[in-house]
Parts: sequence; C-alpha cells; structure tokens
Amino acid sequence: MRIIPFLLSAIVTTGFVILFNSRIGPAPAFGKFLSPEHGFWQNAEAATHNFSEEIKLPQLKGNTSVYLDDRLVPHIVTDNDADAYFVQGYLHAKFRLWQMEFSTHAAAGRVSEIIGDKAINFDKEQRRIGMVYAAENMMQEMEANEFTKLAVDQYTAGINAYIETLSESQLPIEYKLLGYKPEKWAAIKTALFIKQMTKTLAYSADDLPFTALKNVFTDAQMQVLFPETQDSLSAIAPSGTIFDKPEFVPIPPADVDSAYLLQKDSAMKMAYLDQPSRDNGSNNWAVSGTKTKSGAPILCNDPHLDLTLPAIWYEMQLTTNTMNAYGVSFPGIPGIVIGFNDSIAFGFTNAGRDVRDFYELKFKDETKKEYWFNNEWKKAEQRIEEIKIKDQPSLFDTVAYTIFGPVTYDASFSTPLTGGKSIATRWIAHLPSNELLMWHYLDRAKNYTDYYNALQYFTVPSQNMVFASKSGDIAIRQQGRFPLRWNRQGAYVMPGFDSSYLWQGYIPLAATPASFNPERGFVSSANQRPVDSTYPYYIPGGYDVYRGLQVNRRLAVLNNITTTDMMQLQGDNFNSLAEVVVKLMKKYTSVSVLNTEEQKFYDLIKNWDLQNNVHSKEATVFQLWFDALEQRLWNDEFTQKDTVVYALPDDYTLVDAITKDSLFVFIDDVKTPQTETVFDLFTTSFKQIVPELTKLEAEKKLEWGIYKNTTVYHTLRTALMPFARAGLQTGGGKHIVNATQHSHGPSWRMIVELTAETQAHVVYPGGQSGNPGSKYYDQFVDTWAKGAYYTAWIMKRGDVQNKNIKWTMQFKKS
Amino acid sequence: MKFLTAILLTAFLSYVSGLFLPWWSIAIAAFFVAVAIQQKPFHAFLAGFLALFFLWIGLAFVIDRNNQHLLSLKIAEILFKTPSYALLLFITGLVGALVAGFAALTGNYVRKKSTV
Repeated sequence: MRIIPFLLSAIVTTGFVILFNSRIGPAPAFGKFLSPEHGFWQNAEAATHNFSEEIKLPQLKGNTSVYLDDRLVPHIVTDNDADAYFVQGYLHAKFRLWQMEFSTHAAAGRVSEIIGDKAINFDKEQRRIGMVYAAENMMQEMEANEFTKLAVDQYTAGINAYIETLSESQLPIEYKLLGYKPEKWAAIKTALFIKQMTKTLAYSADDLPFTALKNVFTDAQMQVLFPETQDSLSAIAPSGTIFDKPEFVPIPPADVDSAYLLQKDSAMKMAYLDQPSRDNGSNNWAVSGTKTKSGAPILCNDPHLDLTLPAIWYEMQLTTNTMNAYGVSFPGIPGIVIGFNDSIAFGFTNAGRDVRDFYELKFKDETKKEYWFNNEWKKAEQRIEEIKIKDQPSLFDTVAYTIFGPVTYDASFSTPLTGGKSIATRWIAHLPSNELLMWHYLDRAKNYTDYYNALQYFTVPSQNMVFASKSGDIAIRQQGRFPLRWNRQGAYVMPGFDSSYLWQGYIPLAATPASFNPERGFVSSANQRPVDSTYPYYIPGGYDVYRGLQVNRRLAVLNNITTTDMMQLQGDNFNSLAEVVVKLMKKYTSVSVLNTEEQKFYDLIKNWDLQNNVHSKEATVFQLWFDALEQRLWNDEFTQKDTVVYALPDDYTLVDAITKDSLFVFIDDVKTPQTETVFDLFTTSFKQIVPELTKLEAEKKLEWGIYKNTTVYHTLRTALMPFARAGLQTGGGKHIVNATQHSHGPSWRMIVELTAETQAHVVYPGGQSGNPGSKYYDQFVDTWAKGAYYTAWIMKRGDVQNKNIKWTMQFKKS
Repeated sequence: MKFLTAILLTAFLSYVSGLFLPWWSIAIAAFFVAVAIQQKPFHAFLAGFLALFFLWIGLAFVIDRNNQHLLSLKIAEILFKTPSYALLLFITGLVGALVAGFAALTGNYVRKKSTV
C-alpha cells in the first residue's frame, strides 16, 4: 500500500463526503440534495405521471376506490365512514404532508425545532396564549363523541399509514431543503389545526394598543375613533329585525370609571403588535329560487385568507353509506369543510367578533405560584413548556394558569405594549368544544333542521354560516359562543384582582343573529357587523362595511339569476369605499393650486368609473391618495406620546367623520401652529403623492394589476420565491367584493346551484399537489387570476366508466 | 478496456447501491472498483470521476426531461439565483464525480505500486 498518497486521498474523499453531507447555513447538504436517487430530483414528477395504484393495508375494513379526475380531485367511494376518513388522511398526507405538519407544528409553538432559535419568541407566544392547552381541551371533547372519535382516529391512521411507506427519497421537498423528517401524526394535531384557524380568525388583540392609547385619548374620543357601530351598515340580520329583550343584563363593576375606563397607564407603550390580518374575511350569500332563472337556490362562498402555496384547501368528494359530500377540506382535519351534498350546500365567512380579553394580574413573587384574587392569595396552576430548538438544548418556559386564563405576558415575556406587567389571556378558544361534530352533521345534513341542529356544536372561530337546500330554503346564522359583556367591557386591559371584571355569562343561543327565508329573497354576509344598533348586546369586533353594501345592493336588484351572474358578482370590482370618498375628494380639493402634472392625475380621479379593474390607473391613484389622507389625518394625534403608530382607525371612520362634519376636530395637524382645514387635508395629501405617481407612470407601474402585483407565496414566504407565483394580474382589492389584494384574497370560490342535478363552479389559487415539482402544484392559479371557474365533476356512485376518471387508486384490506 | 470497464462497473454499482443505501455509497462503489481494477492512479481517478459525472447527469437528465424542467428551474434559482437547468445538471454531476473520483483514487492506492 502506498501509505501517504492513500491517506491523502482518503482524507480528501472523506472531506468531500462530509462537506456534501452537511448543511452549510441555510443551504441543503449538496450530496444528499443533488443525488438523483435521493435528493430533490426525486420530487420532479413526470408530466405524464400515472397516479393509479393498488394499496393493500391491514387497517382497512373493506374496499375503497379513489377516482382522480384531470384536476387531480379525488372522488372517494366506499361503503363505510371509517375507510373514507382513513383514505382521506392517506391522500392528505400523500399530497400535502409537509404543510399539514408545518402548520400544526406552528400551532403548537414548535417552529424552533425546524428552523432554530429565530422562532423562539413565536413559539413562546403560542405556548403562552394556551394553544396546546386549548387543543387538549378540544381533544377530550372529540374523543368523548363516537362520530368524531372514529373520524379522527381513522384519519390519523390513514396519515400514518402513508408516512410509514415513505422512504427518504420520497420526502416532500421542503423536508429536504430544511433538513428534517416528518414525525407520526397524532389526533391532537387535528385539534391544533382548528385552534390555529381560530387564532387566524378570532384572536383580537386590540385591547393592548387601545389601553396604551388611553394615555393620549379619553374614552369618549376612543369611541369616536374606534366606533362600535356604523351608520351605513347593511347588516346580516335584515334591518327591522326585532330582537328579544335580554333576560339578564350584565352589570358593570362599581369602580368601572376610576379603575378601568378612565385609568391611564403610562407603563404601556405603543408598539407594533403581531396580530392576525384585519383583512381576513369572506363573502357568502344564498339566493332563493324566486330570484333565480332555474327556480333553484344558488349558494356562493369565497373565503378570504392569506394566499399560499401549497394552498390551504384540498378539493375532494367523499361518498360513503352515510354521506355524499363534495367541496374543500383542510389538510389536517377530516371531512368536507365548505361544500355541498345531495340535499344542501353550506359556506362560511368570519364573524370577526372579539372573543378575547386581557386581565392584568398581581403575583406574590416571581415564581408566579400565587396571585391576588378576591382579597387573598390564590394558587396558580403551572404548566412547564419545553421548547426544543434545532442544534441547541431545549428551553423551558413556565406558564401560570389562572381563573383569567394563561398568563401570556410577564417580566420574562414582555413587549413595550405590556411593559413587564403580568397579563392573562381570556379566550373563548380555551373552552372545551368539538367543532368537528358540526361538520360531521353538516356533511350529512338533509334539510334546514339538520343544518340548524348541526350548528350548535360550533363554538369558535365564530362564523356566518350560509345555507341553501334543494327543498328551496335559504338561511344564515352567525354561530359561535360570545361573552355577555357590559358596555365597553374588554375594550381595554381589565383589572384582574377580583371577580368583578370577569365575564358574567354568554349571550344566549336564541339571540344569535340569523335570517331564514327572508322576504327579500337572499341572505348574505361579508364580515359586516351582524346586526344594527338595536341589538341589545355589546358586541365589539373587527367589521367591514363596504363589501357587504355592494353585495346586498347587487343582490337586491338582480332577478332571474344565473351562475354567470354569480360569477360576475364574486368578481365585482366596484369600489364602494371610493364611491363615497371620491365625492369628498372632488368637494375638498383646491383645484386652483394644482400644477399641470397634479391636474393630470386629479382628472383621472375626477372621471373614474370607480371600478378597480386590472388596467385601471385611477385605482392606483385613489389607493395612494386615500392612504396619504389617512396618514395625514391621524398620525399627528397618534404619535403625540410615542413615535410608533400601531393601528389607525378603520377606513370607515375617516369617511364617516368627514362626510358628517367638515370641521371634524382631528383634521387639524396638532404639530403645526396654524389650524388646517379639510381643504388643506385633501389638497396636501394629494400633492404629497404626485411625485410617487409620476415615478410609477414612468416605470409603467401605474396600472392597478401591476402596482398591486398579486402574489401567491409559498408558506415559507420570501425564503422560497421560486416556489411562489408572483405578478398575477388581477383587479379588485380591499373593501371590494373581489377582495384580491397583494397576497390576500379569495382562497376558494364556489358557486353551487341546487337544481335536481347539482351544478357547481369552483376554483382556488393553487393546485391539488403540494409538490412544487408537480404540474398540479399551481394548476388552478391562472384560471383563478382570470376570474374563471372549473365545473366540478360530481361523481355518482357506480359511474366508474365516466370519461372524467383519469386514474384510479384501489385501497384493499390485506 | 480496463478504463471503460472501471467506468461502467462503478456506474452500475453506484446506481444499485443508491437504491438501498445513502448517497455516499457511491464512494464505496468507486473505492472497491478501483481496488479490483488496477490502473494508473490518474486513470483510476478519472474512471471514478467520469462514471459518476455521467451517471448522475444521465439519471437527472431523464428525470428533468420528463418533468419538463419544472423543478430544476426553481431549484437552480434557489441555489444559484439563475434559472438554468443545465447548470444544475452540471453541478449535480460534479458533486458525484468529485466524491467518486477521490474514492477511486484512494482505492487505487490500496495496492502496492502498480506494475502496469
């Protein structure tokens, strides 16, 4: 042996192997990642890939066939529910494993395990708001019910059956890029998924910044800036609805003024707060047969969420001996979430009601073992959270649980907003509930009574649940559990030193805003306040005004409605905010002081048709001008004590205030010696944006579609831009029925006509496969961007020769 | 002839071992082929190098063509900020080739000084 050359080349070889087997920074290990037999090449799916296969598993009860159509939508046909949920789990895992696991890891505060210590604060917060605690409470309810236990257990078994067959080379590409492997699925992850949706949709945290704003404004001013009701509202419960007098009226504590409403707390500073997008919303409506051409009801729904790839939805049909449901499912939970069956159709929009309050507590010492409550020290439960961190030892965090809920903020987890105080989170999501049971019954509902009975199982995130049936009924209900509050309760952080500020109960189910076969021939919701000011309960929340106005205005005048009309309405680009604001712009701009360039852009607004169409330059001018108006109106007052502006009042507040009162006190810029008028406000804010408009025009970016640059990001956002779809040309926007913003908007569009043979038109901005190496990854994106739809193929049992069937997967008991 | 045999044998063994073993089994395959087939050190290196260069590029090429470059363009963009599947194929081949080439060289030096 030639020792020295041997050793040298052995060292070089080993060096290369180690180098190519290691991750360097964020880059994957090159050898493992590039090996055509192990790495990413294995995820490059052939364009002609054959999805047909036969799968034999001992866990199955009998035979199940999965018929895949040309959009890769599976139609599961079996004779028992157990196998249906098993196969649903298997398919979710086969096509969407990474996203299901990542989203439930995020829900549980386990992101640091995957990406390292930069996620520690995120993970801590998830633990400290009680996400896992909430999911555990839900688990107990799911397991206690025979239907949901069966669904969740079988669904879990199906996912795990798939994971067990996975070799390293078949792992979804995100695992290869990030360098980790999937763990086994567990039933609690389904609960975690639902709690994460709850956090997305029903996790209002305005109380913290509002408390800080009390240092600047009086409570009366706060009610002007953040009003509880809106005059131009077109509510969900039609106007004229008579509400029953409450049997029990909650009573505010005796010290409510001194200890709460008028209390100023200088320890709490304004700061940016990470809270769910206020744009999370949706449209849904149902029109009765009296208004449609076919005489059958039509139900429509488009839920607005962050647009992501892989998409949050997975389309499918489930046919068993107890149901035949078609629609979209969430990879992570069993059943069909939005859709229809042989008899009815159903859809959702977010209620946006505030179901979360904050309480300031006093602990005996740093151990947080005892807190002051009703004149004595009361013991707090302690929950020790282990946060695992990639390549580092675990971090342990102790969270105290009190009668007011988990202590989210304290000296060890503080933001400028909380100033080191101990603040507990009281959140409806912590109540034991079993939302899955509602979907169990809804997927199988035959009529209005079934729908009505199903809804009672839904606690949170509260939703406007629209319904239509083949028998001709239409209905909507704002379902959820809501705290019974005295006026202004929970607007700010409340004193948590005794029981006087606790919730005094829940709003009774009978008082739920609802509408059943109304005379006007339609029901609808678009995240507006569900009821007008005659509703005898205090119901704070984040509500939109404008989309609802336009939806109801259109539905009121439409007759002989066809599905084409409904497609046009879902894609309606009329800007009903601009409808009011442009009038003000014309009224209050001092045209005489505009130069030629300014005049040119002003004329665009003057002659605008108020449509946020894809090529509209006017829409871009309007958006920039309106944003500048808001900044100029509010910033001076809001930055008096701190430099950071957390939240401006809703767009509606500006519009309403100036429409009613051109001398609105906030118009004056408090930072200048002179007194500004409404003319100064509009003219100056317009002049301010013109240089930006000139620049955009020179760069050919003034058209709304180009300016907005609608983008469907990968879940890992800008870290993986090649997995995103950027630069989609779409119209619409905020407050518009076509709610497509930069990366937020209609995550699923569905139109269902309940004729004898159900007709459904559907689309979502994604594709059935979660694999960026598959042509089915973003297959629907361009269709969606154009505002077009697919006609859903609703398979009938036994129709196995249908030309829509492209592949068949046979599941058999082994 | 020896040179060609070494290339083909290394490529074949690497392919088969890749079906069951981790990616670095190509080093073992190249090493043993070089022990078995004695050549000049440089020839041994080159045989290992070329075997994996062409094996990995070949395998990746077929996959990539069937995939219509869908994924390779995205990955090239992520890794090299250039949407070039050709570059990605080349780098893929190079990584396998370097490991196999040096593994083959190591195998070559196991024997006493070659008399060839």
